Amino acid sequence: MKPVTKKTTFACRKSHSEPGPGDGGRTGSWRVKRPVIDPEKCIPAKRNKPACFTCWLFCPDGVISRTIPPAIDYEYCKGCEICAEECPAGAITMVDETLFIIEEKQEEK
Amino acid sequence: MHIIESGNVAAASGVKLAKVQVIAAYPITPQTPLTEKLSEFVDSGEMDAQYIPVESEHSALAVCIAASSAGTRAFTATSANGLLYMHEQLQWAAGARLPIVMCVVNRGIGAPWTVWNDHQDSISQRDTGWIQLYCCDHQQIIDTVLQAFYLAETVSVPVMVCYDGYILSHTYMPFDIPEQTDVDRFLPPFSPAYALDPKQPANLNTVTLPDVRPDVRGDVAPGYMEIRHNLHMDMRAAITVAADIDRKFEDIFGRGGNPFIEPYRCDDADFVAICLGSLSYHLRDVVDILREEGIPVGVMGLRLYRPFPNQAVRNALSSRKAVIVFEKALSYGNQGALYGDIKSALYTADNRPIVHNYILGLGGREIKTHHLEKALRESCTAPDAIGDTPVWIGLKM
Repeated sequence: MKPVTKKTTFACRKSHSEPGPGDGGRTGSWRVKRPVIDPEKCIPAKRNKPACFTCWLFCPDGVISRTIPPAIDYEYCKGCEICAEECPAGAITMVDETLFIIEEKQEEK
Repeated sequence: MHIIESGNVAAASGVKLAKVQVIAAYPITPQTPLTEKLSEFVDSGEMDAQYIPVESEHSALAVCIAASSAGTRAFTATSANGLLYMHEQLQWAAGARLPIVMCVVNRGIGAPWTVWNDHQDSISQRDTGWIQLYCCDHQQIIDTVLQAFYLAETVSVPVMVCYDGYILSHTYMPFDIPEQTDVDRFLPPFSPAYALDPKQPANLNTVTLPDVRPDVRGDVAPGYMEIRHNLHMDMRAAITVAADIDRKFEDIFGRGGNPFIEPYRCDDADFVAICLGSLSYHLRDVVDILREEGIPVGVMGLRLYRPFPNQAVRNALSSRKAVIVFEKALSYGNQGALYGDIKSALYTADNRPIVHNYILGLGGREIKTHHLEKALRESCTAPDAIGDTPVWIGLKM
């Protein structure tokens, strides 16, 4: 789909766009804390059944998949913590992003 | 067909001829008879349009924004505080590039409360990204409404058609109502580049990042600044488009030739008065009086105020001895807005004339011919004696 269907001289840079992942930019870079799912506690992961998915339901950015186990797309996850707050099993913990940055730097060395 | 009717009916007749599809307006003096006339047209079936009653001006423009986004030709009208209440939506309509047309029936703004004419309402919305056209008589109102739709839809920028409350809105004058067939020949139907369509969903004006970004297909999508720069460039291009539209209008209807500035007795004039709206016609009488005394003076009515036709203003004024700007509005704490714009346009001219600024007629204070005559005579006979400060005409205390 091309949002601006007609080539026009004017208004060629309207703020129209095709909806889809990433249209708002790589919002994962906004994250200060990263939600990490513990498969030992996560209900669908533990039971190996399509159950619960409360995190998927509540995620305002739609970056959690309805899979076993649920996966988080860190490219776009802003780290809002709603999934961690709502998880009935307490399976999601928020981990400081700096820890991952330090890890990545050590791997580079 | 020539008829004798009010300025508001002239505007409503233009809206009808333009085959507007959605009208949303909230009545406010002195715009009310315009919206009443439109609701009559819709009610009687003379107009095939949706008339959507709303609870405020903010909603009126919000409805027009939705209607225009859906690809229909939308119209609203307001005055004074109603226009101010639209302020947020005005900016939105311009930023969203929706070719809405709105009549602003010029009225002073409160406090203190006033219902009478001046230009503070539309002038205060100068920087909202709307095109502003000003009318001097009833014929110009109906003609400008038709041109406004053409201009708005060509450049995707909304247009205000401004005319003086009471002085034009409620007085009766003869004017020609063009034939529908001629209007159809002049004004093509609205064909938006994109219209809301559930089968083709799109993001419209969502949060736009400061920088450019890859869109979902990986192409570079504009950031906020590119989108705003584009609005500005299209506004500047609207000056040329307005001239083209004026020519096409003249070819079909025989009226036109002055898309930016309407001059009167200016060919040999050393002194030129300039203003917006019906005041320029009032000043024609004053020019005639002073011409009989041998003073080489003329008057210009500025039709297009935003985008500002700098080049046309410079060409029209740079060879004069003095330019006298009469204004029914001002930028409080500084000077008249038009005065500032004209001085700015003349700054790069080879020959910079002296420029004077008179403030008058605020809140409907009567503008007497002898007041205008005195002011203009003083500006012409002793141009060096008046400084770079607005001079108020008609103050009684």
